Amino acid sequence: MAIAEPITQIAPDEPKLEEMEIIYQRPEAVAETYTHYCPGCTHGIIHRLVGEVIDELGVRERTIGVSPVGCAVFAYRYFNTDGVEAAHGRAPAMATGIKRAAPDKVVFTYQGDGDLASIGGNEILHACARGENITVIFVNNAVYGMTGGQMAPTTLPGMVTTSSPYGRDVKLQGAPIHITEMLAMMPGVAYAVRRSTHSVAEIRKTKKAIKLAFEAQLKGLGLGLVEVLSTCPTNWRLDPNESLNFIRDNMVPIYPPGDFKVHDELKKRR
Amino acid sequence: MAKELWKGNEALAEAALRAGAEAYFGYPITPQTELLEHMSRRMPKLGLTFLQAESELASINMVYGAATVGARAMTSSSSPGISLMQEGLSYIAASEVPAVVVDIMRGGPGLGNIQPSQGDYFQMVKTAGHGDYHAIVLAPSTIQEAIDLIYDSFELAFKYRTIVTILADGSLGQMMEPVEMPEFKEWPEERPGWALTGAKGREPHTISSLYLGAENLEKLNLRLQKKLAEIKANEVRYETLMTDDAEFLIVAFGTVGRIAQSAVRQARENGVKVGLFRPITLWPFAEEELMAMTRRVRGVLVAEMNAGQMFEDVKAIAQGRIPVQFTGRMGGTIPLPDDILPALDTLIDSVRSRNGNKPEPTRAREVSA
Repeated sequence: MAIAEPITQIAPDEPKLEEMEIIYQRPEAVAETYTHYCPGCTHGIIHRLVGEVIDELGVRERTIGVSPVGCAVFAYRYFNTDGVEAAHGRAPAMATGIKRAAPDKVVFTYQGDGDLASIGGNEILHACARGENITVIFVNNAVYGMTGGQMAPTTLPGMVTTSSPYGRDVKLQGAPIHITEMLAMMPGVAYAVRRSTHSVAEIRKTKKAIKLAFEAQLKGLGLGLVEVLSTCPTNWRLDPNESLNFIRDNMVPIYPPGDFKVHDELKKRR
Repeated sequence: MAKELWKGNEALAEAALRAGAEAYFGYPITPQTELLEHMSRRMPKLGLTFLQAESELASINMVYGAATVGARAMTSSSSPGISLMQEGLSYIAASEVPAVVVDIMRGGPGLGNIQPSQGDYFQMVKTAGHGDYHAIVLAPSTIQEAIDLIYDSFELAFKYRTIVTILADGSLGQMMEPVEMPEFKEWPEERPGWALTGAKGREPHTISSLYLGAENLEKLNLRLQKKLAEIKANEVRYETLMTDDAEFLIVAFGTVGRIAQSAVRQARENGVKVGLFRPITLWPFAEEELMAMTRRVRGVLVAEMNAGQMFEDVKAIAQGRIPVQFTGRMGGTIPLPDDILPALDTLIDSVRSRNGNKPEPTRAREVSA
């Protein structure tokens, strides 16, 4: 994949970048490359937050990321860590194998709603039941993005998708799955929260949550899960700004951000 | 070393540990469950990783994960469970990580039964997973041979970064025989260079089976095919019995290969010049060796515990030069010499009828007037 030449000078009469104070830059744990994500998609923000947390915890050199099948299928290219690409839904099983065989590694999965809540439902359920010491980033945008906008288990009631063209009828196609609330009930889960990306304040909260989910693993407390509400402007047929509003106005009422399980050891730290 | 009495499934488990297995992930299914149970007793005490997974789908993906960090990982199952693993096997093959899989076959299709069968030849030798790949498939006919084959399996898997399958049936899993159990192998502490060990002081390692673009994916496939050709050239194993002067050949693997020895001896007592060809590696198959033999004999009988799965390969190797016929039992029934000998006579009769001026061959069960 082509990598852009680093920009060292903005314009001839501007000071060189080296002479300026760096106040914001790419985290070391995020690879210097282009991504294939659509304009306005919040995967990029979530990648960045994961990268910042890995940097802040100083674990980049012993982290192994597990990518899903879905829009984040290439996530292993976008993190500057070792990484694998799992079969659809099997990331928690693969992460289990990695963590059990190499317990000194920091292992995270990055999965979408189709991957985690539909085809991989059993794998995440039992990883939680066993209390695997892994971190799970669960990106919920209520739709199958990569295959072109089909109905997901998290699709909102009435929502039109390419496979629910008359809107999701809960009597025929079931109701949205609140997987994080479900998994929070399990003793093996140390941390289970839902966050969002629709505003700067929410993004900051998301980062704190991702950090706690990794800290749960580092402390050996069990599985840490952060569900992040994310946009899909392409398949929602909305512009990026409307997409953020769609999260706020349509997704948040169905999937309210909140803490469903926080291990006592993680509360102390706050 | 003194011989000990071991049950097949437990012997396979213990021999795998002595071969260097570090991580086992599996799910209970008859008739292989004693293998999983043996691992559950032994591995925690040896400081190794044992985990009972939620399904075969999960166990093969746990093996996949453990394999990516360079661990010697394995699983075991029986036919319906192996069907579930096909997705993971395809990913593992494409990712080129080493893994060992034991399949103690039972009767099918469907839930079938728990009796012995060889009905997984198609799914394991031809590979039921999507795409072009092959595992090395080892087919033991005794418990000692099962021990010896699994003892080599991690070396083969790591040498070629491939899947190694032990393909045996429920009777081998369940029966007991006196065997010699080998010593524990020594393995280096250091992980192979390709393994995921954390990007410390090096560029990140990634393991993936995703290759966008037709040319990229064709390149992977060409590399995989090159590796398979190398395995084919180096790793073929087979055994023969009384083939030097044979006019007829029985081809059988695993348990049937063992039963066919009795059939060959009984037919020889009756004056029939018959020999046995028993492939030990079902993939790579001893194509050259069998082809050379089909040029010398007058007919081939394939005997299996299925409806004729290896039969298709033997027919392709014989290329229509001589009659190739099949006898088999299904549904968990084990063919005995009494099943094989009449089939041998049918073959001999058909050779007689198309024989022309050549002297008539002797029948196995009675000398014709």
